Amino acid sequence: MSATADEGIQVSSPDGHATVPAPTLERTHCLELLHGMLRIRRFEERAAELYSLAKIRGFLHLYVGEEAVAVGVMRALMPDDAVVATYREHGQALARGLPPGSLMAEMFGKANGCSRGRGGSMHFFDVSRRFYGGYAIVGGGLPIAVGLALADRMQGRKRVSACFFGDGAVAEGEFHESLNLAALWQVPVLFLCENNLYAMGTPIEQELAQTDIRRRAESYGIAAEAVDGMDVLAVEAAARRAAEDVRSSVAPRFLEFRTYRFRAHSMADPDLYRTKGEIERWKERDPIALFTARLRAAELLTDDDLDRLEAEVAVELDEAVAIAEAGPWEPVEDLTTDVYTPAGA
Amino acid sequence: MSTVTLTYREAVRAGLRHALATDDRAFIMGEDVGGYGGAFAVSLGLLEEFGPERIRNTPLSESGFVGAGIGAALAGMRPIVEVMTVNFSMLALDQVVNNAATLRYMSGGQMSVPLVVRMATGGGRQLAAQHAHSLEGWYAHVPGIKSLSPATVEDARGMVLAALEDPDPVFIFEHATLYPLEAELDEEPSAVDIAHAIVRRQGSDVTLVTYGGSLGKCLDAAGELAADGIDAEVIDLRTLRPLDLDTILTSLAKTHRIVIVDEGWKTGGLAGEISAQVMERGFDLLDWPVQRVCSAEVPIPYAKHLEDAALPSAEAVVAVVKEMVI
Repeated sequence: MSATADEGIQVSSPDGHATVPAPTLERTHCLELLHGMLRIRRFEERAAELYSLAKIRGFLHLYVGEEAVAVGVMRALMPDDAVVATYREHGQALARGLPPGSLMAEMFGKANGCSRGRGGSMHFFDVSRRFYGGYAIVGGGLPIAVGLALADRMQGRKRVSACFFGDGAVAEGEFHESLNLAALWQVPVLFLCENNLYAMGTPIEQELAQTDIRRRAESYGIAAEAVDGMDVLAVEAAARRAAEDVRSSVAPRFLEFRTYRFRAHSMADPDLYRTKGEIERWKERDPIALFTARLRAAELLTDDDLDRLEAEVAVELDEAVAIAEAGPWEPVEDLTTDVYTPAGA
Repeated sequence: MSTVTLTYREAVRAGLRHALATDDRAFIMGEDVGGYGGAFAVSLGLLEEFGPERIRNTPLSESGFVGAGIGAALAGMRPIVEVMTVNFSMLALDQVVNNAATLRYMSGGQMSVPLVVRMATGGGRQLAAQHAHSLEGWYAHVPGIKSLSPATVEDARGMVLAALEDPDPVFIFEHATLYPLEAELDEEPSAVDIAHAIVRRQGSDVTLVTYGGSLGKCLDAAGELAADGIDAEVIDLRTLRPLDLDTILTSLAKTHRIVIVDEGWKTGGLAGEISAQVMERGFDLLDWPVQRVCSAEVPIPYAKHLEDAALPSAEAVVAVVKEMVI
């Protein structure tokens, strides 16, 4: 199918079935998914507030609306798998387990930030969790992910390199170079396209001659699937299948998540290129609201549960902000350290 | 110690072979490095010796395979990437400038990128304006990566090993006219010093600072000048970043005159940078304004007489020096 910005979402799997089979709804699991999405949503809202207070500067790209993708995908990854993300990577970092305090501190520019205050919002790194960073040149992370996976292949390790990128990256040469390389060399990369229908402010039908993105992957011989990115269970199920395929077959797989960002591209974007109506229609498919309703209907979630989750998230974020506030600035004398690796390191 | 006579091309290959034989993590990838043997025949025979996993032909995807080299380096490999020429490497500049050079710094020192990238550079073979430029000065502009330029057969081999020992991204620019150059070397390969420039000819009247394909021209010029009683010292930079200015200043303290010979263009180039650093740190040593001999400010032309006129030459160096040393 071809999706356009205005028509909402209708996703079918490649074999024509209307929906991917949902995993069995199990309460603890479901509450974890909901919690994961809530903490991203609230983290982003807090970041926006702190931006308006000038605690956070530079560019800030929020993930609000797309939470189901990061949360669902990360459930399918193992600790020794690798993650490569974009400049809109707060959700992936949180879902991967990077401490919120280290992320908030990074955005404050503090030395206790996950990149020591040198990267900011767009460049979260945590090598201990194999989180290989936020890449702010669109498409630039894909070759890196292919290389991580190539190393695994050459060293005989059964690991997945999960690579997030947006629909904008699909027009970049590096997208095509990377898919071709991954397919030629059969390296274990899981390509994860977050199709939010806009490359910054350009709607997908103005940027891609072929808007059915998974067909581009298929043209390289990479098995690909389009998934409802607003349905966290669908995301998780598809990601589990794909990650398992990557791991067992040592070959690339491709998932396209149809999603939408509810906020502007960045804090600097007046959002002139979308109608209020379009945004409101997508908000009806808010992944958190949808999942909450579904859990309530299945009697897996009570008001008390939701209050408790919200309270837990609020406490965690208060702590994160406090960690960022209390963090030290890197001494200016250290400005030039780590341009190169120190001798003996 | 037994010696062996090698060409510059064979010397690079010997360095690569040594790296592959002694480090399981090392592998080569690039366009036509396999069955073809490399565009300059540098990797000829390595496919048969090490197999297609480690001598990995790539599609024409410079950004893709340079980026894959970065990723593989992050995951514990020691990729040695060949890009055919520096002109082609422009297609990979995103990965070089935005990723290889930044990842250590931008991650707060969490990782290193032990990547080696080799490529041919320079003119003199009538290949015109898309195969003959000297853009290594652009690479030297970028902090976070190191740029080397072997001017001798020994350095052609030893720099591969030195680069492989380095924890950071190292770019090696091999001047395309040097591949047939021959010299006798120790049979056993070893890394050369990439932290320091080296004096290739002692002299007392003028310092010629150069690197790569221009070293031979400077040594020729020094020979001609000697016939006129002018004693030129010739410094081979070896490493374009980080620059070893101390070796230059030590020489300048003796000669008080300096000419920088660089096949790049003057405007915004490496020769200008060296000149500026000399004046910042060694102004009082100068008896004459810093001089530069660089390529003409044109895309390198095809016709032999025009190309010769565009590139630095021994004659041009001699003429400049004679103006300075009266």
